[in-house]
Amino acid sequence: MTPREQWIAYATIVIKEITRFMRIWQQTLVPPAISTLLYFVIFGSLIGKRIGQMDGFDYMDFLVPGLILMAVINASYQNVVGSFFGAKWGKSLEELLVSPTPNSIILLAYVTGGVARGLLVGLIVTGISLLFTDLNVFSIGILISVAVLTAILFALGGFINAIFAKTFDDVSMVPTFVLLPLTYLGGVFYSIHLLGDFWQQLSKANPILYMVNAFRYGFLGISDVSLSVSFAMIGFFIVCFFALSLYLLTHSKRLRA
Amino acid sequence: MEFALKTTQLSKTYGNGVTALQNVDLAVPQGDFYALLGPNGAGKSTVIGVLGSLVIKTSGRVEVFGVDIDNNFPQAKSFLGVVPQEFNFNIFETPLQIVRNQAGYYGIDRRTALARTEQYLTLLGLWEKRNDQAGQLSGGMKRRLMIARALVHEPRLLILDEPTAGVDIEIRRSMWDFLREINRSGTTIILTTHYLEEAEHLCRNIGIIDSGKLVENTSMRELLRQLHLETYVLDLEQPLATIPVGLDRAARLIDPTTLEIDIKQEEHLNDFYRLLSDNGIRVNSMRNKANRLEELFISRVGHSPLEGK
Repeated sequence: MTPREQWIAYATIVIKEITRFMRIWQQTLVPPAISTLLYFVIFGSLIGKRIGQMDGFDYMDFLVPGLILMAVINASYQNVVGSFFGAKWGKSLEELLVSPTPNSIILLAYVTGGVARGLLVGLIVTGISLLFTDLNVFSIGILISVAVLTAILFALGGFINAIFAKTFDDVSMVPTFVLLPLTYLGGVFYSIHLLGDFWQQLSKANPILYMVNAFRYGFLGISDVSLSVSFAMIGFFIVCFFALSLYLLTHSKRLRA
Repeated sequence: MEFALKTTQLSKTYGNGVTALQNVDLAVPQGDFYALLGPNGAGKSTVIGVLGSLVIKTSGRVEVFGVDIDNNFPQAKSFLGVVPQEFNFNIFETPLQIVRNQAGYYGIDRRTALARTEQYLTLLGLWEKRNDQAGQLSGGMKRRLMIARALVHEPRLLILDEPTAGVDIEIRRSMWDFLREINRSGTTIILTTHYLEEAEHLCRNIGIIDSGKLVENTSMRELLRQLHLETYVLDLEQPLATIPVGLDRAARLIDPTTLEIDIKQEEHLNDFYRLLSDNGIRVNSMRNKANRLEELFISRVGHSPLEGK
């Protein structure tokens, strides 16, 4: 395929992906808005008032970046794992695999779809947070780059999950047993400075901690971990996940007999 | 001669140890209408899977219009249109979306894609249904949708895996006309089917695959020439008490108005008609007892095409 033809194939898949999640907006856009709204009401307004300050900021201000990024993570992951596994399960993926579209384009397009949903959900959650607090932006560049890179990373994670998954149970397994605990323990609701030494060190093995802190730095200018380490960590995982996804897309027996 | 498809020593053994193809040498000339027949589980769909990259071959060589799939699979795939046996489109999408998107996967710009989508959906009688959910279409419409999807990038080689399975006879006949027209316009077609009548009507060349081996690869005419005996069933105008002398060697009376006659390859129907006329027997209608190709198929693989391995 010529580069132009590859571009057309890429755009076709991306448009299809965006059309898909917009068509079922009640399932893709509304639930994260409602759950985040509840987080803001319960943890931010009700409990947050009693907590007072965290790292020198109102608890609500501290909470907002983590909740936004949590929504981005979940949405980008769910979009790709749901869509790609659905296509695999329903066999409509075959129409793509028999075409000359290169695997790298298929992967990039699905990831773009995931990023699009992740960022759209992030924007919706940001809008909801404005009902509860005034947002200060310390660095818009860091904010956007962390959001985009995190969405890419988790879209890739969803892609890998979709390739390995054999049933719909396998699709929900990783978000429930891996993603959710790592996010909750990744500094969304608290600063790791509140923890003892051992737990602080253990928390630093959690990659989501770096993303949440880098994102929070974009809003508040504070972080529990080094910003450069955060970016290096995200970049490293993106490279690894991309290479693994591409390998699986080409060779996995789960896609080709 | 240029070949649309050429496989050399193509073999496939699945992970569970099942050998689906054993050294298959297949050559389909450009412009051909080729039938690939075989019982269930014989390996037909595996051949198609290898071509579409859904099955990874174990060994051997595959060339599509001279392009080796090991050297440039994307280019080889760009020549192919595949209509699989099972419905494999997103049932929540519309025919318009399905066909237009497929064009996009082949790098066809949106405007051309839309024009071709309209063209092929219209040709296959689906344009009125373009905005319906694909899952709501009838079985015949779904089959036609898959054909439209496979044609939208105007492939040079169209592969149809049981395209008329479960389709009523009227639609099947109209699909035959459509496929003949596509073939006449220069598209090479490979067809797998359980309806041997379909293969006999449409195809010029034929391959029979059994237990992963190609047991026959010849022209339809040549294959049918190998048929030594054909049985015809005659519906008589008047009841017959006994079979007249001269016919008794080859004929059997099934009931008073139904006569079966075996005719050898070197014999002529005219001679039998003459004998019938001489004995005052009038025939209302005549038909083959079995499909000619079916008899040959059974002689090659030992059972009917609908029986699995």
